[in-house]
Amino acid sequence: MEKELWKGNEAIAEAAIRAGCNCFFGYPITPQSEVPEYMSVHLPQAGGVFVQSESEIAAINMVYGAAGAGMRAMTSSSSPGISLKQEGISYLAGAEVPCVIVNCMRGGPGLGTIQPSQGDYFQATRGGGNGDYRTVVLAPSNVQETVDFVQEAFDIADQYRNPVMIVCDGLIGQMMEPIEWRPVPRRDLPPKDWAASGRKGRDHHNVINSLYMAPEDCDRHNQHLEEKYAAIAENETRWEEVDCRDADVIITAYGTPARIALTALETLQAEGVKAGLFRPITLWPFPQEALRRLAERPNVKAFLDVEMSSSGQMLDDVRLAVEGRRPVRYLGHAGGVMPTVEEMTASVKAVLKEVQ
Amino acid sequence: MKKELIISGFGGQGGLAIGKNLVEAGMAEGLNVTWAPSYGPEMRGGTANCSVVLSDKPVGSPVFAHPTELIALNGPSLHKFEAGVQPGGMVFVNSDVVTDTVSRGDVTAWYIPCNRIAEELGNPKVSNMVMLGAYVAATRILKQETIEEMIREMFTGDKARLVPLNIQAFHRGMACIG
Repeated sequence: MEKELWKGNEAIAEAAIRAGCNCFFGYPITPQSEVPEYMSVHLPQAGGVFVQSESEIAAINMVYGAAGAGMRAMTSSSSPGISLKQEGISYLAGAEVPCVIVNCMRGGPGLGTIQPSQGDYFQATRGGGNGDYRTVVLAPSNVQETVDFVQEAFDIADQYRNPVMIVCDGLIGQMMEPIEWRPVPRRDLPPKDWAASGRKGRDHHNVINSLYMAPEDCDRHNQHLEEKYAAIAENETRWEEVDCRDADVIITAYGTPARIALTALETLQAEGVKAGLFRPITLWPFPQEALRRLAERPNVKAFLDVEMSSSGQMLDDVRLAVEGRRPVRYLGHAGGVMPTVEEMTASVKAVLKEVQ
Repeated sequence: MKKELIISGFGGQGGLAIGKNLVEAGMAEGLNVTWAPSYGPEMRGGTANCSVVLSDKPVGSPVFAHPTELIALNGPSLHKFEAGVQPGGMVFVNSDVVTDTVSRGDVTAWYIPCNRIAEELGNPKVSNMVMLGAYVAATRILKQETIEEMIREMFTGDKARLVPLNIQAFHRGMACIG
């Protein structure tokens, strides 16, 4: 298959169209504006609907309406805009409406900066909206993975009737890289017989709602959601291990820092330092068991978590998985500053020295 | 083989386009490539730069602090990035815009009169193709024919008339490398 050069954000939009996305609602914000820009031209050409909404809040509620009527709906934004969408995401999760949400993360808090960051890990994995809910969170680390995951995200969303988030950062959104439009495995999906798309001779109206009058009913609904989340954790958890087999130190990182770590590993190997990379691909469900198994291996002496976050957010999940079996250290920057290869190699060596 | 290149200049000088040309051509030759732009408010009238990787192995980090080469299209770019260039690396300077010289002795400096050559050719817009020619000639990272083919593919329809001019500019840049 021939490789094509694509910019991350434009590739996200094209991937969604190829996955059958037929409704997109968005609002411009750097560094993701190329997603709605591309959609505004190409989605109508593919027979879909593009609306530039009056705000991010409007966009997520348009997603709620369109996806509730059975459409393959999507929205994208960057960190401050994703904050505005949180109420809608909670409603979508509560009403079990499938959709895809892309967060091309930038520096925070507040308006922060427009450069790449990963300060929204807590928001994505803990739920930025109210109530007990989960969104599936996929974290690609290059443009190829991004287009593959966007296409698969729609199927995951439909299979579980749940919002799926793609979290990347400004670098992945802005950079260009060769990709292949390889066939993404398509799932056998149940019919959307729950959609509020007309009664069509049924004996009942379909209602999309997240409101319950009786607490017992809402409790039962939450138990049902919990069972669904357990099934997602069982079936959809993904991660990658690079050179972990005989590594002394394991770097844990996702997205762009995981990619920078690949170069750090090359440098370290050339210097005779045994280091590996554990890269969560789903941030929720987090690959807790896989990381625990790694922490139990005799060769592994310590972990170094690297994020584009001031004091670490995924770090909490790494520590919960490692459960004190090995020391876990942290390297990170916030506000749009990316960790460098040199910092990573120096930190790995410092951690190794500490435990030896 | 791995080239990690930073191209930096004023917005509008065509620095980002040099990077895109290099990754397009690199991809055509089967190399692994990445192109990562700096983006920010400074791009509007200020300095814009991009990081390019051309490698025969899969690309890890698309960003780096120590480029193998630097293309400086304006003075601030030379000042900002010169110190980071790997020892033994190369610095390409648009000598029609940059008045300073490369201060380090452990890198090879090339001074290319991009604007003067472009004006001689009758179109100031091709100054970046002059620099592309110099880079390709000095690093020999890509074949001359690959770039020429890419230029032919880049300008089609009404713009096809620009192909000879751009190829000429590319050749004049190559000729700057002794």
